[in-house]
Amino acid sequence: MSPIVRLLAQRIALSLLLLFLVSVLIFAGTIILPGDVAQSILGQSATPEALANLRAELGLNEPPVARYFSWLGGVLQGDLGTALTSGQDIAESIGKRLGNTLFLAFWSAIIAVPLAIFLGLLAVRYRERWPDKLISAITLASISVPEFLIGYILMFFIGVKLRLFSPTAISYRADADLFTKLEAIALPVAVLTLVVLAHMMRMTRAAILNVMQSSYIETAELKGLRMFTIIWKHAFPNSIAPIVNVVMLNLAYLVVGVVVVEVVFVYPGMGGYLVDHVSKRDVPVVQACGLIFAAVYIGLNMIADVVSILANPRLRHPK
Amino acid sequence: MTDTLVKVRGLKIGATIYPPGEKPQAIEIVHGVDFDLEKGKVLGLIGESGAGKSTIGLASMAYGRGGVEITGGEVWINGRNVLQSSPGDVRALRGGEVTYVSQSAAASFNPAKQIMEQVTEAAIGHGKFSKKQAEERAVNFFRKLGLPDPENIGKRYPHQVSGGQLQRCMTALALCPEPDLVVFDEPTTALDVTTQIDVLAAIKDAIRDTGVAALYITHDLAVVAQVSDDIMVLRHGNMVEYGATDQIINHPAEEYTKALVSVRSIQHEEKQPTDEPLLTVRNITARYKGTAFDVLHDVNVELHPGQTLAVVGESGSGKSTLARVITGLLPPRDGQINFAGRTLSPDLPTRSKEDLRELQMIYQMADVAMNPRQTVGTIIGRPLEFYFGLKGEAKRKRIAELLEEIEMGDGFIDRYPAELSGGQKQRVCIARALAAKPRLIICDEVTSALDPLVADGILKLLLDLQKVEDVAYLFITHDLATVKAIADSIAVMYQGKVQRYGSKSQVLTPPYDDYTDLLLSSVPEMKIGWLEDVISNRKMESAGN
Amino acid sequence: MRIPPAALIGLFFTTLYFLIAIFAPVLAPYGMAEVVSRDIWAPSSAEHWLGTDNLGRDLLSRMIYGGRTTIFIATTATVISFVTGSILGFFAAVIGGWVDQALSRLVDLIMSIPSLILALVVLSVMPITVPVLILIMGLLDATRVFRLARAVAVDINVMDYVEAAKLRGEGRAWIIFREILPNALSPLVAEMGLRFIFMVLFISTLSFLGLGVQPPGADWGGIVKENADGINYGIGAALYPAIAIATLAISVNLVADWVLNRTTSLKGGRG
Repeated sequence: MSPIVRLLAQRIALSLLLLFLVSVLIFAGTIILPGDVAQSILGQSATPEALANLRAELGLNEPPVARYFSWLGGVLQGDLGTALTSGQDIAESIGKRLGNTLFLAFWSAIIAVPLAIFLGLLAVRYRERWPDKLISAITLASISVPEFLIGYILMFFIGVKLRLFSPTAISYRADADLFTKLEAIALPVAVLTLVVLAHMMRMTRAAILNVMQSSYIETAELKGLRMFTIIWKHAFPNSIAPIVNVVMLNLAYLVVGVVVVEVVFVYPGMGGYLVDHVSKRDVPVVQACGLIFAAVYIGLNMIADVVSILANPRLRHPK
Repeated sequence: MTDTLVKVRGLKIGATIYPPGEKPQAIEIVHGVDFDLEKGKVLGLIGESGAGKSTIGLASMAYGRGGVEITGGEVWINGRNVLQSSPGDVRALRGGEVTYVSQSAAASFNPAKQIMEQVTEAAIGHGKFSKKQAEERAVNFFRKLGLPDPENIGKRYPHQVSGGQLQRCMTALALCPEPDLVVFDEPTTALDVTTQIDVLAAIKDAIRDTGVAALYITHDLAVVAQVSDDIMVLRHGNMVEYGATDQIINHPAEEYTKALVSVRSIQHEEKQPTDEPLLTVRNITARYKGTAFDVLHDVNVELHPGQTLAVVGESGSGKSTLARVITGLLPPRDGQINFAGRTLSPDLPTRSKEDLRELQMIYQMADVAMNPRQTVGTIIGRPLEFYFGLKGEAKRKRIAELLEEIEMGDGFIDRYPAELSGGQKQRVCIARALAAKPRLIICDEVTSALDPLVADGILKLLLDLQKVEDVAYLFITHDLATVKAIADSIAVMYQGKVQRYGSKSQVLTPPYDDYTDLLLSSVPEMKIGWLEDVISNRKMESAGN
Repeated sequence: MRIPPAALIGLFFTTLYFLIAIFAPVLAPYGMAEVVSRDIWAPSSAEHWLGTDNLGRDLLSRMIYGGRTTIFIATTATVISFVTGSILGFFAAVIGGWVDQALSRLVDLIMSIPSLILALVVLSVMPITVPVLILIMGLLDATRVFRLARAVAVDINVMDYVEAAKLRGEGRAWIIFREILPNALSPLVAEMGLRFIFMVLFISTLSFLGLGVQPPGADWGGIVKENADGINYGIGAALYPAIAIATLAISVNLVADWVLNRTTSLKGGRG
């Protein structure tokens, strides 16, 4: 097996192992901790009979390991169990909402990624001049501002005062036509874009600067090549891996941003669903949602690593 | 003067520095330099670090590296002042009329592109040759520069060839566009000594065969004497002396030049072995954890009290590993070390305090050998406190004495390492070792990071201290000139084995084995024509090829 | 010492916010949960500088107390995160071996899930009280401090001056406290500001989601949540606490930035 294939196989196997361990962690997090699930669901005033019934219903009397494997077995077959609070099938409820969340994340990424790379390049091009300084000031502000502040400011001024877009996404329907859907998510997309943009810009800038400061760029400059040729032929091939890394890390960051933004705009997605069921202490739903968020996060990180391996000339052309 | 290719007048170069907590300051690093270079001639620019030699070389391409700016003067190339040329003309100059060979070809080649594409890029980009012609030229240069498999080496990626080969590829890259001038910026400094000489010879031949003019920048006067017609000596951004190579090497006029020429001329009388060796290294075999091969095979050496054993070899020879074994940092797989009549425990934590005290170490990089958050007083005082329990006034007095011994004075006691020069840092490290009153000091490449004159000062100091303190040195180095200057006995190491061992006069007297011959003959001598003599008399190819 | 204007502004506001937090009971004109008006979301007036909130409480008073809660939680969580993370990080770096392996892999595992998601999972079964929140936040974030502390200590541990100390025969205590710690401190201190900001945003987000400080108590995130409905009626009460969070975070960031620049270029800072 060539070293590159072996490395890729290793990396993917590692991700699967990680995902397995994360599922253990998430499951353990809901049973090992000192809280009694049944007690927290029913509250302090619950009668002993009610508690016993609920425990039986949740399977809490089984040993934890057995419960974990029966849960994992179900997850692997697409059976996420039923919600305690509503009795609905979790997989079915999540199915719709996951689609909505991905729709939101997709459009945010479509806008944020090219914009961030473009602005990152701009910052490099005008390094230490005003466009660069402006970009770093915005970055500083943006990493200090909670997502919901950006959300409410846009909602308040653009949605309520100016009435340009619907202030909330509560009217969002997955079966509406694309234009209506996009109108409904305009503000949440804007917030998510702003949230990841700054990080992505700053990291893109750093990644490209790092490449631009290498000796081989100086060599290219001393060959009398045009700036465009230098960037296209010498900087770009070496920047792919770091930039893909930046993009993936930030898409992973988007996963977290989505939770808050969905709550702000009352958007019927996974984030809102998760938060809702945390307060209702609906453990099976929380476990399922947590696992899905973690899987997306781990998957994105894995893609970043795979791209770096593929882009590394030392691995692609072994001695 | 139609043959004048380069004419530099009153060249001034400035840079911006950023002192911590203060506003950025503009400083001048080259203060008005003049020189001329005729077609087909080689001018050597020589100086210590900070002399401004690389900066001047790059200025001939109208280029300033990282915040460096050309602030005044004229640089005429082929009758055009390149400092006032349009951006388009500057691009045509770079890579067309003037090309550049850097110190580190490994960093200067784009890791993601094949060598051939990079070697021919400028020639094709400037429209001088078609792709086919450029590639033919490149293969020719590959052959001329002695690269293996010249037809196909261009298809490889930079990480697939060795450092010495890549340095030759970079020379091919510079020659391929048929430039009028090549700037060689320390092209052999990063190479092992036996590789350096081959690359140097290849560069010299290529210059002669193509008739190109060159600026050859180096800190090593002996190297530049081999390749250049004229030499300019620079110091702190000023010209010190400028003349024909013969005049500079054989009849230097300025004191500074004389010092540079006579560097490494320390005379040291070899001492005879005593009855009882201080250190005996017996049958040492060692390997690093997690690796499958031995870095040291059956090493045997002895060192007598108050004497110097030089362990010499190139990178990968195992010389530094030997130091780690003796200090106990790397327990050997086999063998034993006797020191002052005792057998040393193989493992550092189980050694007695007395063993630790009597065996001290000095490092190559004095910068990182001292804790940046401790003052000179703390650094030298700690061993006094640790081994002898000295405190307060007694400790301070002893620190002052030690500072006196290293010729620095007690004014330095409250300074931090960052406030010292390179030579001063190394002196403080020496004082720290002396503070323990050791019987043996292991010196690991202690002068190789220093400029030649500073290094000379350190060597003289070490020799003086040896007389006063009667301390023995195990001197690890790749530099044979240093070895000749200070050793009483020598061990030549090659691929983890002791290749040749004995008193200095024995080791340095023929007949030699092939490797010792190669190593000895590879040390550049301050003599014109030395390179040709050596190349024609060699028995063995260098290891870097 | 010359302090750049940006850092000065940051220092001023950071100090101001901390002073307000400490002297909240003295400064607040009304009680935190005291209903002072029958008007909800009343506009600002002489008696109520920021108007009233969704239940007719004085918004300014509530924000002053809320800031106290936010800053208290963020500060204690930062301390927990730092103490745990840096002690374990140094420990792992200097001891090495399986201790290092075990701790590092555990940290990798925890960091492979976004902190917010993991916090939500844990909060679904834990009682939501201030000590629990502080503990969860502090321990989750300790993983980041661990990584930094370990990396810094590993870098220093291979320096020649540490080797020189080992060859001298110094004990582990001297090596950790006299050789490594002084050189590791400045990057860690600079990081502390960033961790504090993260904590402020973390607790604000949790409270905003209704999973942080529980009513009638409130921190800034909770006050945003209480007044969020007003936005739809064009009432900006929710924006005040949100802006307070942002200004606190930006101020601390400006200070941290300056500390970071200063320490990296400080005399001897290269080590």
